[in-house]
Amino acid sequence: MTNLRLIARLDIKAPNLIKGVRLEGLRVVGDPQAYATRYYEQGIDEILYIDIVASLYERNNLSDLVRYTAENIFIPMTVGGGVRSLHDVEQLLLFGADKIAINTAAIRRPELISEVAKRFGSQCMVLSIEAKKQRDGSWEAYTDNGREKTGRDVLEWARMGQDLGAGEILITSVDQEGTRKGFDIEMCRTISDAISIPLIISGGMGSIDHFLAVAKEGHANAVAMADVLHYDRLSLSDIRQAALTNGISVRQP
Amino acid sequence: MKPNTVIVDYGVGNLRSVARALEFCGAEAKISADPKAIALADRVVLPGVGAFGDCMLELQTRGLQKALMEFVDTDRPFLGICVGMQILHEIGEEFGQHEGLGIIAGRVSPIPAVGTDGYLHKVPYIGWSGIFPPENKETSWRNTILAETKKGANVYFVHSFGAKPTNPEHILAVYYYNGQPITAAVRSQNVYGCQFHPEKSGQVGLQIIKDFLKL
Repeated sequence: MTNLRLIARLDIKAPNLIKGVRLEGLRVVGDPQAYATRYYEQGIDEILYIDIVASLYERNNLSDLVRYTAENIFIPMTVGGGVRSLHDVEQLLLFGADKIAINTAAIRRPELISEVAKRFGSQCMVLSIEAKKQRDGSWEAYTDNGREKTGRDVLEWARMGQDLGAGEILITSVDQEGTRKGFDIEMCRTISDAISIPLIISGGMGSIDHFLAVAKEGHANAVAMADVLHYDRLSLSDIRQAALTNGISVRQP
Repeated sequence: MKPNTVIVDYGVGNLRSVARALEFCGAEAKISADPKAIALADRVVLPGVGAFGDCMLELQTRGLQKALMEFVDTDRPFLGICVGMQILHEIGEEFGQHEGLGIIAGRVSPIPAVGTDGYLHKVPYIGWSGIFPPENKETSWRNTILAETKKGANVYFVHSFGAKPTNPEHILAVYYYNGQPITAAVRSQNVYGCQFHPEKSGQVGLQIIKDFLKL
């Protein structure tokens, strides 16, 4: 069985690591470098930075943090938030990012996905989708931290992103994010089963049971965790131990 | 003196990460596109991301293919990473057929889209997997870049295509993607290649780089 990837998600409002509820109501947690270093030392599989205010300013402000991480942390790093153009992607890759997550700019101009994939390789093009459940049971893609509707159906958008050359899909459930009430497992499974590229699920982890549920039922390839790690509600060794006990393969560093 | 290691700059790949990992392991790392620097290096590292054909084209455009082939003939240690490992082979099948450096006989083809259970699995494969010596074969990791790596140690992969060396003795390590064995590392004398990213594989990867620097 393939190892389920464990990803630490750090939402940043430069220079701070922050945490919100449903992507809003932001609280300062601390220095992101210190947190990223701690997760690396504890054996996290990957680091995900999202510049949470970048959309407001139309630019990503994480260059210093990305540089620091590339110099000191020897695991994959994905960076997103406010990435608008091939130039932005190139800059972040030069600073040391391995993969770039794009949401708003891809919604506005889907060809950007193909351009990034063609220029830098699919492996670094992560399509980031903020998903909100609709009354009819489907999910709609949002931008700007779950505030702006796009009119795109998440399932169709994920498939289209894949066809345009995305190498991976990151889905954040706006409804669950920051609630500590568990992942949207039905959405995770529905989307993951409909695409042939890996899926990262994000939003809602508050306990080990949430992790085990999404690992068993969600068909995700990677699980992103934020405040459960930031506030030390669970340690990575707790998570790995619980995974092992329940027959879920994860990396044992 | 620190070993002088040249990272080949041909416009592809996250060179800074590779350089930083080498420096962390005690090397003097130099990013260069100069054939003379390659000729004078103690060790050469060839990174690479993107498509096989594009990488070869970039190498040729910069006139680096000859410098690399001459370096390889000196018996000094050489390491290809990811697509830099794939282009060591003769043929790549990504977006048509492309000729590689041909240092290792074999082809680079899509990794199987199904596991041994018959179910579809995700491609690209992105993640951490344990590496092992190939089955039914006495492959020793002694005096190689895997000298101090434990069998089953996890390293980070991201790829859609995999190398299939013609001579099984060139396969140093494999990993299993839902049961399918996939080439993780190759070796032909002084030339090594890793499909995984040692510079992104935490402590295990850093140890592999240290062992490369000891060769």
